[in-house]
Amino acid sequence: MAQHSYWQLFSSVYSKDVTLAFRQRSEIVNPLLFFLIVITLFPLAIGPEPALLARMAPGIIWVAALLSTMLGLDKIFRDDFNDGSLEQLIASPYPLSLSVLAKVSAHWTTTGLPMVIMAPVFALLMNLEAQALGATVLTLLIGTPLLSFIGAIGAALTVGLQKGGILMSLLVLPLYIPVLIFATSAIDTSSMALAYGGQLAILGAMLAIACVCAPIAISSALKVSVS
Amino acid sequence: MRITNLLEIKSVTCTKQERCLFESLSFSLEAGQIMQIEGPNGAGKTSLLRIIAGFARPDEGEIFFDKKSIRQYYDEFAAQLLFIGHKTGVNGQLSAYENVCHWLCVHGCKVDKQAYDLLADLGLVGLEDVPVRTLSAGQQRRVALVRLWLNNARLWILDEPFTALDKKGVALLQAQFKKHLEQGGAILLTTHQDLTTHFDELKTLVLEYQF
Amino acid sequence: MWKWLHPYAKAERAYQLCNTLLPYFAVITVVCLAVGWIWGLAYAPADYQQKDSYRIIFIHVPSAILSMGAYSSMAIAAIIALVWQIRNAELAVISIAPVGAAMTAIALITGAAWGKPMWGAWWVWDARLTSELILLFLYFGVLSLYHAFEDKKSAGRAACILAVVGVINLPIIHFSVEWWNTLHQGATITKFDTSAIDPSMLWPLLINIAAFAGFVGVVTLIRLKNEILQCEKHRPWVRELIGRGE
Repeated sequence: MAQHSYWQLFSSVYSKDVTLAFRQRSEIVNPLLFFLIVITLFPLAIGPEPALLARMAPGIIWVAALLSTMLGLDKIFRDDFNDGSLEQLIASPYPLSLSVLAKVSAHWTTTGLPMVIMAPVFALLMNLEAQALGATVLTLLIGTPLLSFIGAIGAALTVGLQKGGILMSLLVLPLYIPVLIFATSAIDTSSMALAYGGQLAILGAMLAIACVCAPIAISSALKVSVS
Repeated sequence: MRITNLLEIKSVTCTKQERCLFESLSFSLEAGQIMQIEGPNGAGKTSLLRIIAGFARPDEGEIFFDKKSIRQYYDEFAAQLLFIGHKTGVNGQLSAYENVCHWLCVHGCKVDKQAYDLLADLGLVGLEDVPVRTLSAGQQRRVALVRLWLNNARLWILDEPFTALDKKGVALLQAQFKKHLEQGGAILLTTHQDLTTHFDELKTLVLEYQF
Repeated sequence: MWKWLHPYAKAERAYQLCNTLLPYFAVITVVCLAVGWIWGLAYAPADYQQKDSYRIIFIHVPSAILSMGAYSSMAIAAIIALVWQIRNAELAVISIAPVGAAMTAIALITGAAWGKPMWGAWWVWDARLTSELILLFLYFGVLSLYHAFEDKKSAGRAACILAVVGVINLPIIHFSVEWWNTLHQGATITKFDTSAIDPSMLWPLLINIAAFAGFVGVVTLIRLKNEILQCEKHRPWVRELIGRGE
């Protein structure tokens, strides 16, 4: 098994998931629409006052991002579990964590990345100052893969259950708290025109840890779910 | 006659929902042998296959492949294993050809044009590029069974491989079984039908329904 | 240590160990609880600022400490269960979880009750209270995941994985909440300075902590005994045990 076959495995699993998402475009569009609608609800609920909205914008954007990531998470292993592809991945001579890494990356490409791209538009809707736009995009860029990794652990644990969706949110949302705290604080700091490199660095460190640890946890969780 | 036991099951016990499916089950399979597992519904045929394939853990006992415990050397075992279960691992949104290519990548086999010819041989001419979900049940099963022609695994574990197949398909499959056994492979399968072809090295294991 | 531990991977030996340990824990609990509560609630001097209402620390602090302690022991059991694949360790995880969740709930409720006279509000987003609340969520996660599975073997392993993931995240969550709290100021009221606590209050507090630890031990052991019996009920040794009981 040469090195290129590891890459072959990764790219095959990755491209399968991305292709499937593009064939069912609603999978990409729906979380994005959900994100937009949640953000629209807030001004209606708390009033359209620009200053108030700008103050609350980082929190609202990030809570909306958390919720719309949750929306697509259940799908990440569900289809593969139902049609037996997951068993085939386990019975492959390659480490399962590699396939898992590919699947999480594909999930991020189809749900996280569109959010990162659309973030400036949503930030403008919320009256966020121009100087905070960069921070919004950067925190989402580092934070959304982290959400995918942590969320995939919950998805892997609940994929064998009939009604795993709500349970998964219960498992995953508490684990999202540090991401939420540091990301919103980075945006807050940047809107005061202060340096926010520290928060980004912490988010980056958490992402690095998740990259290493999460695939192991996810693959052992998948093995439990399949048995 | 070689006496090397390719697969060895040592006193495996499995209980599900408080019901004991089988207790201290031991048997072995040599290269060139095919074993048919029989038994009524709910006797634990599928559970046994899933334990041998390493997906589920037995409550007790251990399984050895080439004298190595499959739990400790799972990657080595997986390289020699072809498992096709009830759920075949064929994605309905993808085409037959895409499914085959993906499976080959996942299992570290070379992707080549041969796959097209094989799909044609299995009666899927002109259907290689339509989404698999639009095919009939038998055709979908054939898409999964193409793997039997494309792997270099020594042990095949097949759960009800003949489901939804027509007579021609069954005959084609059994011919391939024979070829695999001649090349020194081993097959473990469950089926409710009897095998129509004669195999020299056929073993049967009957699981009783236990209360 | 492995040689010493390994016999307890067998259910019967683990059950016997529970039986041997149970009386010690029970004695510690009863003695310390009686001494600690009477001393703490009746004899320890009243605080010059908070008057008698401070006495709730004799319940609040031990339960808060034990809520964390129970989580870490649960995580250690979970790691043992996953690494060495010992079924009894899985059962231990499931036995500890509800006890730990109860401790967390006690800490939260007493914290709120203490907060009302001290801070004038039932709930303040104080860093420690918030961490405690998240800890409660983590406990609920482990418990509800366990109960969602029909097959209890998979359930145990899934719960173990979640417990380990939780314990890796717990320090991160704790520090991020602490940092978030100092960032947002507002409710940073220091409850009391532990080092400056008077020995006349410290001693009953320590005794109470020991009592709560003993209590967690007792309840966990009883639950563990039950779980082992449930899981092994078809085995001869359990049948024999039941036969002797009759």
